[in-house]
Amino acid sequence: MTTNAPTLWILVPFGLGILLLFIRNARTVSALGGALAVLLALAAQFIPIETALRFGELSIKIDSSISVLGRILLISPAEGSLLALIYAGSSLWFFGSLAAERSARVVPVGLMITALMVAALAVQPFLYAALFIEMAALISIPMLSSMYAAPGRGIVRFLIYQTLAMPFILLAGWLLAGVEASPGDLALAAQSASVLGLGFAFLLAIFPLYNWIPMLMEDSPPFAVGFLLWILPTVTIIFGAGFLDRYSWIRSSPQLISALQFAGLLMVTTGGLWAAFQRHLGRIMAYGAVAETGFSILALSVDSRLGIPILFLLIPARALTLALWSLALTIVKENTETLRFSSARGILRNMPFAATGLVLATLSTGAFPLLASFPPRLALWESVSRASSTSAIWMGVGIAGLLVSAIRSLAVAAMADEYASWKPRENLPQMIMLGLGAIGLFILGLFPQTAQVFLAKLPLMFEHLGR
Amino acid sequence: MGILAWVAVVIILITSVSLLLARDWRISIILLAVQYLAMFILLLPHLPLGMASVKVVTGWMCAAILGMTRSDLKDEDSKENLWPRGRLFSLFAAGMVGLIVTGATPSVNDIMADAGTAVTAGGLLLVGLGLLHLGITSQILRVTQGLLTVIAGFEIIYSAVESSALVVALLVVINLGLALVGSYLMIASQHREPETV
Repeated sequence: MTTNAPTLWILVPFGLGILLLFIRNARTVSALGGALAVLLALAAQFIPIETALRFGELSIKIDSSISVLGRILLISPAEGSLLALIYAGSSLWFFGSLAAERSARVVPVGLMITALMVAALAVQPFLYAALFIEMAALISIPMLSSMYAAPGRGIVRFLIYQTLAMPFILLAGWLLAGVEASPGDLALAAQSASVLGLGFAFLLAIFPLYNWIPMLMEDSPPFAVGFLLWILPTVTIIFGAGFLDRYSWIRSSPQLISALQFAGLLMVTTGGLWAAFQRHLGRIMAYGAVAETGFSILALSVDSRLGIPILFLLIPARALTLALWSLALTIVKENTETLRFSSARGILRNMPFAATGLVLATLSTGAFPLLASFPPRLALWESVSRASSTSAIWMGVGIAGLLVSAIRSLAVAAMADEYASWKPRENLPQMIMLGLGAIGLFILGLFPQTAQVFLAKLPLMFEHLGR
Repeated sequence: MGILAWVAVVIILITSVSLLLARDWRISIILLAVQYLAMFILLLPHLPLGMASVKVVTGWMCAAILGMTRSDLKDEDSKENLWPRGRLFSLFAAGMVGLIVTGATPSVNDIMADAGTAVTAGGLLLVGLGLLHLGITSQILRVTQGLLTVIAGFEIIYSAVESSALVVALLVVINLGLALVGSYLMIASQHREPETV
């Protein structure tokens, strides 16, 4: 019996995502979606692609590719761990949606978005990924905006920026092919690099194009936005790394490496500094996510033998941090008027689990020791400092800003009336999910090698990077 | 074909500038549909008739989706309160875009595998005026029309270098998706403004 990887990890979850739209019971949707994502992650990690498996009389083989309209969707054996990471990350949100009481939209739409993002990584030629990313952005709109409330400006900007990215990436792909054919044409190389840079600036919301993120955090459900802020940049960064791997002249261009470093530092520094001055818990998360993307871009700019493993180490930390952060914010938002500091004062007494999760996630983003993001940030900081101490200082400024925002959040959360009693408003599933998330942050921080089961083989998916 | 292509460019110029100036949504939907007809003519030199037809039918479907949704919503005063909003300003800005397109067409034509001057000019006009549209509006219908215009322009230029069936199919899905998302947001925008929290 043979099947193929794109059917298993793209078509099946996409189809099941559509079916889940018709199920009304939120718990069932959450449990089914989460279980399916975990199952797909385990299958991706442990079932080898292109290798026949024998179960008695039965022999099963998963082919790596499928042909669609003359082009190929290809999931190579080396990409199994990446799929496992993506589906495992998504399962955090799908199970978490039970506690966030947001499963009606997040799980079915999230499953479809995850499938489309996997398709983006699988499609050949790889630059067609831009089309799948755009489709994922379009599908995400109903998750971000209710039909019964006017959409905010953030949603419209998100739609515009993600849509504008697609033509730039596709055109850059064509231009890059031209550069490959005539490597001496410096003007064409500069043009293609500029177009490519613009495309990724829109896709990754690179400074100053990230203004939609804080707006979205104010207007839309934090849990849904958190999911998007995890999956879109993660897959886009890997897609971008694919460009570096594919084109040797980009990889070896000192100007491009400088541009990556500058963009990454700009995002880390501005994200950190802006976060430090916010008076809205949602906007702090938004700028934290901006800084997270900056760290990933920065990882691409350092020596790829170090940068690529760091890039992959950042992914599980980012997933867990944002999942916990967005769940905590969702619970706080349900129980307070707004997410502004003035409304969220004293939440530590009436929502201790959510407030703790919120503060821990903020601290983790700020590379606080013992928490999930600390090991990759430390490794990255060391690599950056080897290349330039000025860059390392700017990275430090960003991290300091994030830590200040965490301390301010903690201060606001603890600022209760003197005689206010401790009355947790979270329900049991919320307490369990938040508790598990917090424990996960500590486990990843104290024992980063636990993620190695997913990460060890990941650099093999690139032909040149990390070698 | 050469003269026909230039006629299409003129139609694109008229429709996309009128789209900027039109205040009545019915007229803007008609203009969008006509724009797709001109796009069809510019696609013919590089795409088979079938594929070009698919694109024009998709465009008309998008226009129909937007029109049907808008017709079900109650008419209200334009919420556009951003400066600048005058017709004269729009016309002036469109003229600037026209000048930039005139200057950029020969070099872009060279880069895009000699797509043809008319094809390149038509594509760039749509992209430029679509971007201008996006820059001066915040209404959902107009934003959707702006995005569809930009993508239409890109499709014209990109058809010169890529005629893969998969790309055509995915772009069809994206166009329809944009129209559906635009409709969804238009319906949502009938409700009260979101509370910023």
